[in-house]
Amino acid sequence: MLHVMINGMTRVLNVPSDMPLLWVLRDVVGLTGTKFGCGIAQCGACTVHVDGVPLRSCQLAIGAVGARAVTTIEAIGETPVGKRVQQAWLDQEVVQCGYCQSGQIMSATALLTSIPLPNDDDIDAAMAGNICRCGTYVRIREAIKLAAKERDA
Amino acid sequence: MRAGSAASFSRRTVLRGGALAAGGLILGIGLPAEAKEGRVSDGVITRGAKLNAFIRILPDESVTMIMPAVEMGQGAYTSMAMILAEELDIGIEAVTLEHAPPDQKNYANPALGAQITGGSTTIFAWYLPLRKTGARARQMVMAAAGEAWGVDIAALRTAGGKVLHDASGRSATYGALAGRAASIVPPEDPPLKGAADFKLIGRSLRRLDTPDKVVGKTIYGIDVMLPGMRFATLAAAPVLGGTVAHVEDGEALKVPGVSQIVVLDDMVAVIGEHMWAVKKGLEALQVEWHDGPNATLSQADLWTRLDNASLQSGVVAKAVGDADGKLTGDGVYETVFELPYLAHAALEPLNCTVHVRPGACEIWVGTQVMGMAQAAAAEAAGLDPSQVVVHNHMIGGGFGRRLEIDCVTNAVRIARHVDGPVKIIWSREEDIRQDRFRPLYHTRTRAKVERGEVTAWHHRITGPSILARWLPGAFQKGIDPDAVDGAVGTPYDFANFEVEFVRHETPEVPTAFWRGVGPNANVFAAECMMDRIARDLKVDPVVFRRSMIHSKPRALGVLNLVAARSGWDMPLPVPAGGERVGRGVALLAAFGSFLATVAEVVVADDGAVRLTRVVTAVDVGQIVNPDTLEAQVQGGTVFGIAAVLHGQITIEQGRIQQSNFNDYRVTRIDEMPVLECHFVRNEEAPGGIGEPGTVTVQPAIANAVYAATGVQLRRMPIDRLLLARNAK
Repeated sequence: MLHVMINGMTRVLNVPSDMPLLWVLRDVVGLTGTKFGCGIAQCGACTVHVDGVPLRSCQLAIGAVGARAVTTIEAIGETPVGKRVQQAWLDQEVVQCGYCQSGQIMSATALLTSIPLPNDDDIDAAMAGNICRCGTYVRIREAIKLAAKERDA
Repeated sequence: MRAGSAASFSRRTVLRGGALAAGGLILGIGLPAEAKEGRVSDGVITRGAKLNAFIRILPDESVTMIMPAVEMGQGAYTSMAMILAEELDIGIEAVTLEHAPPDQKNYANPALGAQITGGSTTIFAWYLPLRKTGARARQMVMAAAGEAWGVDIAALRTAGGKVLHDASGRSATYGALAGRAASIVPPEDPPLKGAADFKLIGRSLRRLDTPDKVVGKTIYGIDVMLPGMRFATLAAAPVLGGTVAHVEDGEALKVPGVSQIVVLDDMVAVIGEHMWAVKKGLEALQVEWHDGPNATLSQADLWTRLDNASLQSGVVAKAVGDADGKLTGDGVYETVFELPYLAHAALEPLNCTVHVRPGACEIWVGTQVMGMAQAAAAEAAGLDPSQVVVHNHMIGGGFGRRLEIDCVTNAVRIARHVDGPVKIIWSREEDIRQDRFRPLYHTRTRAKVERGEVTAWHHRITGPSILARWLPGAFQKGIDPDAVDGAVGTPYDFANFEVEFVRHETPEVPTAFWRGVGPNANVFAAECMMDRIARDLKVDPVVFRRSMIHSKPRALGVLNLVAARSGWDMPLPVPAGGERVGRGVALLAAFGSFLATVAEVVVADDGAVRLTRVVTAVDVGQIVNPDTLEAQVQGGTVFGIAAVLHGQITIEQGRIQQSNFNDYRVTRIDEMPVLECHFVRNEEAPGGIGEPGTVTVQPAIANAVYAATGVQLRRMPIDRLLLARNAK
């Protein structure tokens, strides 16, 4: 049995320790907001926070999470930065199909947490691992800047 | 143009499916054929029946709109709700949206004659029918009020979901009137609002589907969870058309969580408790395959066969004057352009959840073709379509892939062997390798130039007919209207003009529609040919194009607009490093819309192409939601950028060589140019916008590279080795 803290709740999980966090979240815990896109850390759709660090959950074995806290798209709105990012995503009308946007929002939230006023290069570096096939990149950039600007609002 | 101008917008709007309560007004529109002719009549009113209904108003004041086109990110739900609500004269904040059920007849796309979301047709096809449906419902609640109050309908008006009689001060809500309205005969030809009276159409209202998407609440097909559900993943034969020879399942069945192996003639699937178990199970499964007849199929062969086919004459799709007769002697240009296979690579991998029971089959899926999905499931399950229930879901990217039902067929084939519901998920590798690809296209374009003028133009497109397989009724007299789209409807006026279609099928490689469809190949070839001639004549490419547009003022309008907004006449700054720079233009008249795009590139000494700016001018006629329109142009552009910079699927020894985003690259944020969109405002009938941006950016980039380097690439994607300084 593994004990893992997910979105503020300790979950007792009877799963193989090499099972990637992605599938634990989706198939066992039922948190389907975290998406499967590639399975090899190429697309970023499965991005979650582990102690605030953005990680690709398709590559993170559940047994390696340990005592660290996992946060997913379902709970990121409970952080001030996450909430601002989600609102900026709506204000800039970023979303099209939306499938990648959980991962985009998780990556953007981590970026703004570590660099409150990112420039374009910072945004490129933090977000280049997140693919959006609908092509919402221009608005993702605008939304990150909007969320940064509104941090004191 | 930005969203957010319509601030007072409720987020309570929900999307849900549900049974129909009785006692309200249900309004539908006429049969597809009538809708097509703009003669939408015979609105059907029933009590408590689900029949061809688009608007449902119940006594509890709920207004439900049933969405005939699916939402895959393009904003169709919001735009369709806006159109219905405009004429019904209500806001969209309190509206509930429902997916239409599978029903080829009553929810047939008026432009396509079947229940299809695709081809950039949603607004183009549904704009007038949905307006009339909304207007008809409004007339009926007004008539109900007039009847109840004994007053003439002309003395009534509507506002805020109520009918008002100013003279007496009486008012009643639509919900209160719905029961009585249901017995009113729907008016044949309800009056429609003038554009000046629009309250919703033309405004950047916020999308109805996005609030759930930013918090991870939206349930896509892949997110479906059912009691007792198991998971499955599969592998198809690695060689196209291969079959299973032998399976050793002992090791796979030892993987904890794996419960069952399903072996079909062309694929294997592993069933189990969760995706991780079945992935590991599939890795442990020992499968020997028969490679079959395609074991030596190579990309070079496929190109050669295509090129050979292009030397035959085809079926003439359009002819004006005598192009062939003119194309002799001096001043004849001939150029071949070739486009590769492409995968769709929607971010939501293929998936379908299925529950097969005796005499029944239920599927949960995101599909662009509800009716076809139902029929496919029925056939695979050996049932009648009426025994198949389809639950449609939000789609995590379509781009044409979910116009195909092979995923439903294969999922049901597997699920027939499984007891209970099973969610079948394709790995990314299987999603890419089992794609139905954008076909290889070959375009041979010839032009005769006399005294600086093109006097004859001949366009021969060689490729398969997707329509002949997919919508056979649309394939008539050997002509595939999609395959010649963008060529037949050229923006230019040529005195002698011919378009030919050479049908060349390669059945061993499955092909399908891909965002931009037929015009991708035709507009690419025509627009690149334009630049080749202009360069040879030493004429500016915009000036050259202008001189040939006489009968399509809207085409000229977007060309002029993009030239002005891109600063076409100003020289591009040369980078400090001395890299080569170039600007290219492309023009499109297709999908009922007009687009012109200018791309700017920097080409490094090693031939690497960096895109710096893309400016697009758009005339779609009446704009429903400007912000959605801009989003579609942006997204379409990014899709096209991926194609020219990176996109290709290749085949060796019968195997697809790409498998995931590492070797099938798509556009990422760090290679994004500045994107600008400029709109022409008018009240022409709305055209399509999902695809045109994908089409125009490709030749615009190719032409910019040509301008920068003097090298005109004839095959996509861009091969940087050919662009390196001093390249052979």
